[in-house]
Amino acid sequence: MRRHQMKQLRLTRRHFNRALVGAGALAASGSLPLVSASGAEPIKIGFGMAQSGPLGGNGKAALLAMEMWRDDVNKRGGMLGRPVQLVYYDDQTNPALIPGIYSKLFDVDKVDLVLGGYGTAVQAAALPIVMQRKQLLIGTGAVAVNEKYKYDKYFQMLPNGSTARTSTSEGFFQAAMTMEPKPKSVAILGAVTEFSRNVILGARENAEKYGLKIVFDQGYPPNQVEFGSIIRSTQAANPDVVFVASYPPDSAGVIRAAYEQKLQTRMFGGAMIGLQYSELKQQLGPMLNNVLCYEFYVPAPTTNFPGIKDFLEIYQQRAKDAGADLLGFYLPPYAYAGMQILEKAVAATKGLDPTALASYIHANAIDTVVGKVTFAPNGDWAKPRLLYVQYQGIVGNNLEQFKKIGTQVIIEPQEFADGKLRYPFSASG
Amino acid sequence: MVTFNLLFNAVVTGVLLGGFYAAVTVGITIAFGMLDIVNIAHPVFIIMGSFVAYIVNRKLGLDPLLSVILGAPLFFLVGVAIFQFYHAAFEKSGKGSLRGLAFFFGILFVIEVTLLLAFGVDYRLVQTSYIGPNIGFEHIDLPLRMVIPFVGSMALVTGLHLFFSRTFIGRAIMAVAQDEFALSLMAVDTVTVRQLAFGVAIATAAIAGGFLIVIQPVDPSLGREYIGRVFAICVLGGLGSIPGTVIAALILGIVETITSTLFGASWAPAVSFAALLLTLAIRPSGIMGR
Repeated sequence: MRRHQMKQLRLTRRHFNRALVGAGALAASGSLPLVSASGAEPIKIGFGMAQSGPLGGNGKAALLAMEMWRDDVNKRGGMLGRPVQLVYYDDQTNPALIPGIYSKLFDVDKVDLVLGGYGTAVQAAALPIVMQRKQLLIGTGAVAVNEKYKYDKYFQMLPNGSTARTSTSEGFFQAAMTMEPKPKSVAILGAVTEFSRNVILGARENAEKYGLKIVFDQGYPPNQVEFGSIIRSTQAANPDVVFVASYPPDSAGVIRAAYEQKLQTRMFGGAMIGLQYSELKQQLGPMLNNVLCYEFYVPAPTTNFPGIKDFLEIYQQRAKDAGADLLGFYLPPYAYAGMQILEKAVAATKGLDPTALASYIHANAIDTVVGKVTFAPNGDWAKPRLLYVQYQGIVGNNLEQFKKIGTQVIIEPQEFADGKLRYPFSASG
Repeated sequence: MVTFNLLFNAVVTGVLLGGFYAAVTVGITIAFGMLDIVNIAHPVFIIMGSFVAYIVNRKLGLDPLLSVILGAPLFFLVGVAIFQFYHAAFEKSGKGSLRGLAFFFGILFVIEVTLLLAFGVDYRLVQTSYIGPNIGFEHIDLPLRMVIPFVGSMALVTGLHLFFSRTFIGRAIMAVAQDEFALSLMAVDTVTVRQLAFGVAIATAAIAGGFLIVIQPVDPSLGREYIGRVFAICVLGGLGSIPGTVIAALILGIVETITSTLFGASWAPAVSFAALLLTLAIRPSGIMGR
C-alpha cells in the first residue's frame, strides 16, 4: 500500500516537473523526502541520473544498483544510525538540465550528500556546482572530468584510470602486440562525438607508442545509417588491426557491416559502447565472435571479487521488473561499489563532513564488489583495469550463454586473462 | 586508395540507402508537400512502426516486414483520427500553420515518451534470415539487410505513384494539393480527401519503420535524427512530388556513400546539404517542383 502511495507521489511529481520544464522536457522522477519509521531524519543522497536519452539504459541499470545498496544499508540500520534516502531526478542525458537539478537538490531538497550521474557530459556540468558548495562528488562512468579542476573531493568509479584517454585503448593495442608476427598497421574509425574523439586521440598515441602505422583514420557523423562503405574503405587500406570507437547504434552497424563484408584483418574491435549491453549482446549473437572489445566486468575465475556473485544474482532478479539491463555486467557493479565506498567512508569518519570523507577515500584502499579500489590524486582509479575481452564461441542469440565463463574471454590486462586471443579475425565466427 | 570497385560499390550502396530514404520521406511528401501540414512528428511515427515490427518479430516470431500488413492499416486509422483533431482544432479556425506545428511537436514528444515508458531506452533489433547474408555479383557485394528494404521501398513509392496518378481518390488528393478552393467550389468534400491523404501518409510510416529496424537498431528517440534529413529530401524533391522525392533520396544516398568513400563519412552531411543548397540555388522549386 505504502509502496503504491509512493509510486503515486512520484508520478505526480514527475508530471509537475514535466509541465515546468516545458514541451522539450521529459520526466523528473524524484522520490519525495520521507521521514523514517524510526523517527530519525534520513540521510538524503541526491543525484541526477539518466533515465531517458542516449544513456538512459545505463542510467536505469546504475540506479537499480544504487537502490539495491540503499535497501541493503537500510537493512543494516542505515548510516550513522539514520536511514538512507535517495533523491534523484532524470537528467535525460542532458547536461543543460544539470545546474537546475543540482541547485534543487542542494537548496530545495536539502540533501546531505550528492553523487554524479552517468556519463562524462553530465558530470562535467555537475562538478563546478558541487565544487562551489565544497561537497564530495562520487561519479560513475565519466572520463577526465577532473583533469582541469583537480578538485580533491571528486572520485570516479570507472576502471579507466587517471590516464583515461590512452588507457581506454591500451588493452587493445597490448593484445594486438601479442600476435605473431607482430602487426605493422592499424585502421582507426569512430563517431564524431566527444567520447570517440578522446578515445581516438588516445588510440593514435598508442599506435605511435607500439610502432603501428595508421593507414586509415576516419570519423563518421553520429547519425550514420550505412556502414558498409566505411568498412569497404577500411578493407581497401588493408590494415593488420582495426580499432573502432563507437556508440551503441553505430557499434551494431559497424559489426553487422564487418560481418556482411567479411572483413579481412588480423584483429578487430575497440572501444565499442553498446556491446556491453544485454540487448545488443543477445541480438548480435554470433556476429560478435572474435570481436575484441572492452568490458568493465565479465564472469571469469580472475574476476570473482568478494560479493560480486551475490550482487549480480539479486540484480538480475530485480532487473526484469525494473526494465534495466538484464545482465548488469557493465555499470551496476561500479555504481554499487561507489555507494559501498561512500558507506565505508561515512562509517570510518563517523560523519558527513566532505573534507573528512574525501581524505579517508584518498588514504585507503577500499574493498568493494569490484575488488579493492584505490584512487589517484585526481580522483580516478589509481590503476587502470579496463578488461579487453574477446567474444568466443557465441552460438545463437541466447542471453544465458553470456553468463557463462568462456564466451567473453579476458585477453588484457594479463593479470586477469583467462584465455588466449584468437586471430586472424574471422567475421564468420 | 580508391579503386573502381570501391567507387562502384559506393554508388550501388548509395542507391540502396537512397531507396530507403525515399520510403522514410514519402509520408512527409504527402503531408507537407501535398497537404501543407508540417508533420514534424512523422519520423517518430516511423519509430513507432519500428516498434510494431519489433513486437511482431520478438513476440510473435514473425518476419518484421509482416508488420507492414498489421501496422499500415492501423497507422492509417491513427492518421485519420489525428487529422480529424488537427482540422477541428487548428485548420478550421485558420490557425493551422504555427499552432499546428506546435501540435505535431507535442505529438512527437507524447509518442516518444510513451515508447520510452513502454519499451525503455534500450536499442532494439530484430532477427531475420536476411540480416547477415550478402548477395554478390562480380564486383558488387550487397547486404540483403539493405537490399530487401530497398525493394520494399521501391514497391511502396511505385504503388503510391500509381495510387495518386491512376485512382479516383488519388487524383482527388492531387487535385486538393493543387487547388483546394477550386475543388470545394465543385462541392467536393476536401476535408475528407485531405483526411484520407493524411492517413495514407501515416500508413507509410508503419512500412518505413519496418524497413528501418531491419537496417539499424532503434530506440525511442532515434526519430529526431531523421527530421532534418526527411525535410531536406522533401524540399529537394520539389514538395509534393513522389518521383521527385525518389530522385532526391537517391541523390542524397549516393552523395553520402561516395563522400564516405572518397573523403570520410564525417563529411557526408556537409556535402549532402551543400548539394541541397546548390540544387535549390539553381532550381528553387526543387527537382520536380512546379
